[in-house]
Amino acid sequence: MNDSVLAFTLAAAVAAGTPLALAALGELITERSGILNLGVEGMMLLGAVTTFLVASATGSTALAMLAGAAAGAALALAHAALSISLRANQIVSGLALVIFGTGLSTYLGRPVEGVPLPPGARITRTSVPLLQDLPFLGRVLFQQDLVVYATWVLTALTALYLFRTRPGLALRSVGESPATADAMGLRVNTIRYVHTVIGGVLCGVAGAYLILARVPAWSQAATTNGIGFIAIALVVFASWRPWRALLGAYIFGLALRANFALQAAGVTAIPAEFLAMAPYLLTILVLIALSASDLRHRAGAPEALGLAYAREER
Amino acid sequence: MTPAPDPPATAGVDLHPGGRPVMEARGISKHFPGVVANDHVDLALYAGEVHALLGENGAGKSTLASILAGLYQADAGELRLAGEPVVLRSPREALARGVGMVHQHFRLVRRFTVAENVALGDRSQPLVMSTPDVQRAVVALGERYGLPVRPEAVVGDLTVGEQQRVEIVKTLYRGVDVLLLDEPTSVLTPQETEALFGTVRAMAAEGKAVVFISHKLAEVVAIADRVTVMRDGRVVGSQPVASTSVRELARLMVGRAIDLDVVRPPQRPGEVVLTLDHVTVDHDTRRGSLTDVSLEVAAGEIVGIAGVSGNGQRPLAEVAAGLLAPDHGRVVVGGRDVTGRGPRAARAAGLAYIPEDRLGTGLAPSLTIAENLQLTRPHGPVLDRRRWTADATRLMQEFDIRAPGPATTTSSLSGGNIQKVLLARELDAGPSTIVAAAPTRGLDVGAIDTVRRLLAERRLQGCGILLISEDLDEVVTLADRILVLFEGRLVHTCDAEGADITELGLAMAGAGR
Repeated sequence: MNDSVLAFTLAAAVAAGTPLALAALGELITERSGILNLGVEGMMLLGAVTTFLVASATGSTALAMLAGAAAGAALALAHAALSISLRANQIVSGLALVIFGTGLSTYLGRPVEGVPLPPGARITRTSVPLLQDLPFLGRVLFQQDLVVYATWVLTALTALYLFRTRPGLALRSVGESPATADAMGLRVNTIRYVHTVIGGVLCGVAGAYLILARVPAWSQAATTNGIGFIAIALVVFASWRPWRALLGAYIFGLALRANFALQAAGVTAIPAEFLAMAPYLLTILVLIALSASDLRHRAGAPEALGLAYAREER
Repeated sequence: MTPAPDPPATAGVDLHPGGRPVMEARGISKHFPGVVANDHVDLALYAGEVHALLGENGAGKSTLASILAGLYQADAGELRLAGEPVVLRSPREALARGVGMVHQHFRLVRRFTVAENVALGDRSQPLVMSTPDVQRAVVALGERYGLPVRPEAVVGDLTVGEQQRVEIVKTLYRGVDVLLLDEPTSVLTPQETEALFGTVRAMAAEGKAVVFISHKLAEVVAIADRVTVMRDGRVVGSQPVASTSVRELARLMVGRAIDLDVVRPPQRPGEVVLTLDHVTVDHDTRRGSLTDVSLEVAAGEIVGIAGVSGNGQRPLAEVAAGLLAPDHGRVVVGGRDVTGRGPRAARAAGLAYIPEDRLGTGLAPSLTIAENLQLTRPHGPVLDRRRWTADATRLMQEFDIRAPGPATTTSSLSGGNIQKVLLARELDAGPSTIVAAAPTRGLDVGAIDTVRRLLAERRLQGCGILLISEDLDEVVTLADRILVLFEGRLVHTCDAEGADITELGLAMAGAGR
């Protein structure tokens, strides 16, 4: 593999990992508040189909993305209402979201199955001046589209928010010990609602990005392809840390691209099905290795993850 | 402290004639499903006063405090702050108005540092927080009230006593005038309790009203200016401490005169019935560890294990009962080596086990009393339910288990009756050795008395008893010999007769090493 092929593969890996990174960041923020939302796949699919329909109707990229974000938020809000206000089982509610989101997007997407996106609505490459001319790195990182750059900014902001700010501290405390947060005068359920919806927005945007940048025409099967579930696993193995989630997403992207590259090169020794499995396996293995080092530092799941909070329960 | 000129000796007379209470509760009632936790309760708190709220478990003290702190909403009644009626809908509103509570079960985020815990919910902090500012404030408060804490320490790494100091600092940081301390001494060594009293006095001297919730009479008399006694959700007396006595308070609290001492006639111990020989249990985050523990319990003696909770009590009890196989060392029950052979072998060798976790390990919560009583008995292929009922009826009478009948579901009983079911099953098997872990924790005074008497009675009948308890008074009253457990090691041994509480307390805090 020569230098330019490697740069091309890595650049493609970053682009392929971006929707996963966005979804994982969203789920990470939600889980930090103690709410487990397994409905990522559903939110991404609904976000994607909404984006496609709005893009087809208006031709506007921005409007389409907003619509995708809103769709994700709406589903997340349903999950919040069920699991926070009604204190339903979060696993059941999350899985219901997957089924609902998948079903609804199948219904909405059926008339447009196979229809290409209007060319004007596609997200196109925006190279970063100066940085794009860097040897190698320029081609890998800085000849991407705006959403890729925005993902980096978002990761940095999330890390800053979680560990350096007052609302971030409140968010983490609600996920760790809602009774403590409540006793200290924080609005536990409000904080959980807000961050569950933020998580939904990011999952919706992840779905929007898939449609606007990655998949040429609406095809439900080719859209999310299970990465909503990979995003959930990613959050766990990234030990609920934003930069690690981003890294994990790119590793997944790389494995995905390497797989295409190998198939294109006509490698037949390994069955294609095994190559298709590889990205999932590799991502999990790398992140297990990372999280094993965390056991020593007592990092781990927010202690109240998946548990509803009611003040007067005794 | 506010001077109290000639406190009148009659109950119910105001300590502060003319003074206005900083906080008042009037006619507070609170119901939980099936329980009246508070029934028309009145309480007045004055600045600079240490006000004890005394009562047995379940008397409604914590519920009242939770209402004052905005955690629970009263069903009826009114709260007043500085004479003004207020509604405290949440702890947030209570804190904003200067009312803070230190809970019995700490409200701390274990993975956060001390400073992070203190800063939590402080809206005066800038959006991007300034950790050094908070750390300085923590240190300053610590110095002012005698609460040494390291602001950068992670709370989960601290001892229980240190965590309590963090709780208090956290509440003081929010600038409270009324501080509610819910059973603050239940987890402390005698030395830590003494230090806490110093803090409480310093807070009162600064004009704060401190509410000290406790069921320990001696502490109330030692620290409080005024005491309000609760029983069955009602206030049964409120008076200056100077005008009352331990005996009278005990009578008010229980509703009848009780004998506070258990008789322990001296007797010569017989042969050894339980031996732990150099037992080591490697660390396990859930249970804790044991390091090279050796002890012997003889027939007719009670060996008491004192120590602050979480210092290896659980692995010790489980190893002795055969539930946990030690990594090194031997366990011998009634002359038979049962090491690693499971609870069945230990029981066959004559051991009875009263676990601290009554309704998890001890009894099956959803089974009936009769069924639970039969759990350890041998059975044929067809169950003889008629005999079960007869057995249960007899044992319920013998052990004074108050329940509608043998078919009552165990989990619906009160704590005291649950413990009596457990004792009935374990003691009726006629054991030669008893391992009892925290046998009176969380029980009311009446049930505590029953449990202690039953154990003392078995001792006289020649049982060897290993009593593991965090209640130092209990160990001193019941045991013949006392061993102190600290961080999984036995660090101190002495006879209970003439035991030095100070020395025991130091050993419990690890100072004896």
